[in-house]
Amino acid sequence: MLLVGERINGLFKDVAQAIQDHDPEPIQKLALEQTAAGAAYLDINTGPAVDEPEKVMPWLVKTVEEVVDTPLCIDSAKIPGLRAGLEAVSRSRPMINSTTAEPAHLEAYLPLAKAHGALLIGLAMNRRGVPKDAADRAGLAMEIVVAADAAGFPIEDLFIDPLVLPVNVGQEHGPEVLETLRQVKCLADPAPHTIVGLSNVSQKCPHRSLLNRTFLAMAMAAGLDAAIVDVEDRELVHTAAASRVLLNQVIYSDAFLENR
Amino acid sequence: MALEQALEKWTGKITEVTIGATREEGGTRSAKVVAGGESTLPFLTFEGEVPHQPVIAGEILDRYPEEWPSPLREAFGEDLKDPAAWARRWVEGYGAQLLCLRLASTAPDAGDASPEQAAATVRRVLEAVGAPLIILGSEDVEKDNAIFPKVAEAAAGERCFLGVVTKDNYKSIAAAAMLHGHGLIAQAPVDVNIQKQTNILLLEFGVKKDSILMDPTTGGLGYGLEYTYSVMERLRLGALQGEAQVAVPLILFPGAEAWRSKEAKESTQDSPRWGEQETRGVLWEILTGTNSLQAGGDILVCRHPEAAAALRRHVAELLV
Repeated sequence: MLLVGERINGLFKDVAQAIQDHDPEPIQKLALEQTAAGAAYLDINTGPAVDEPEKVMPWLVKTVEEVVDTPLCIDSAKIPGLRAGLEAVSRSRPMINSTTAEPAHLEAYLPLAKAHGALLIGLAMNRRGVPKDAADRAGLAMEIVVAADAAGFPIEDLFIDPLVLPVNVGQEHGPEVLETLRQVKCLADPAPHTIVGLSNVSQKCPHRSLLNRTFLAMAMAAGLDAAIVDVEDRELVHTAAASRVLLNQVIYSDAFLENR
Repeated sequence: MALEQALEKWTGKITEVTIGATREEGGTRSAKVVAGGESTLPFLTFEGEVPHQPVIAGEILDRYPEEWPSPLREAFGEDLKDPAAWARRWVEGYGAQLLCLRLASTAPDAGDASPEQAAATVRRVLEAVGAPLIILGSEDVEKDNAIFPKVAEAAAGERCFLGVVTKDNYKSIAAAAMLHGHGLIAQAPVDVNIQKQTNILLLEFGVKKDSILMDPTTGGLGYGLEYTYSVMERLRLGALQGEAQVAVPLILFPGAEAWRSKEAKESTQDSPRWGEQETRGVLWEILTGTNSLQAGGDILVCRHPEAAAALRRHVAELLV
């Protein structure tokens, strides 16, 4: 299970403030804390308040790389922001967050990912939005797989995100996401990897940690390989470790909680 | 249309472990032995790297092995009475590059040799040959804890591998090994979970990953080999899939296992229809060994020189 730390994102007030003040300290603290907590990747997103992410992204990347070796997941809705982030990465193989199944997106993102040797997250959605059911999600995932294959992009470097919606507004999406995870694993051989933005499942709900970790265990059983999460939620990280053992993905030992 | 080779893409790699230290490295060995480093399953050189051949080591005891079947004793004759002569015979007579000295006489119920005597034996063997040395105790927990600090000191800087340590008994031996620059053999009772736990405990204690060999305990052909095979296979698959704590070389003892079997021990006289005992016993050791190699064995400790020679040829042929 690959855990991507979600905290370095301008959506969070402390990060937005640090970006505005050009203050590296809070960012570096989050990078160190998330790495210590078990993050295999760190998501880097300038947030919605930044109009020109390409101006902020290189600073964010450098600030983080000054204190950790953890690979980065460059997260931006805008191509210039992504490109600037990827160009600033110097330490290890980055991940791109994300393309959709929209042909124009695929045409732009696949060559970018290839050029930087990056892993690529592909959202199972297009301009019509998030599909209602698993079949449509899997259909869009297939379009991404086909485009990647045609572009010569390695399928095992692709991470399909079936898109998790908050349980309090889109309850019916939960089982569809789980079913999509199962189907994505049958799309190609080798199969693409799978990823979700987990915390979205509990937006504006009480008992967020409980909802997050319960859905994580369910999704792992359905074929989830990676998740963008709050890695400082110990219960969640422990649930991932226990699930890996219960799914026979790693050899059990009494010290299984230390298994990352 | 050409048939495409279906290759597995592994993410893990076995740690390279060096046994023995030459003069430049603070020891006195004439050569060292490197095991591990594989990034694929045994012998699949078309899929990944197999940088080092599995090593076939010769076993010696610190006392005359009166309980050993006669073909084993006949192969070494009078040399069995002196571990230094026995060691030389393996190296000079039978081409062994690695030796495994079992300090059997330290067992409280079979000689009870003192830590000082054990240390002196180790020194004599080290002086007799230039090959690197693996040193086993008697597997009596208290006695092993008493002898290894002395033994480790007597062999300081030689980068020997000491064993065995288990999850319930590792601290004194591991501390002695770390202090004097040796490695360790981590043993578990045919149990993949306990093997991993033992390795984790050693790593947490501060033992470096390149200083651990694991002995998952094996059975001889016909005596549990198929079960122990699965344990080794699971460990190796886990290692190649990225589980760092089990990505260390495997040391196996086909000699000890095979010659414990009835098929190897029964004399020609008592069971004439089974054929000649020496041939039978040697074959039993060879077949236990070839299976151990297929399961991922990196170091095989042998007892009969003909079995050792056959396994060395087998490895060379498979890795061409």
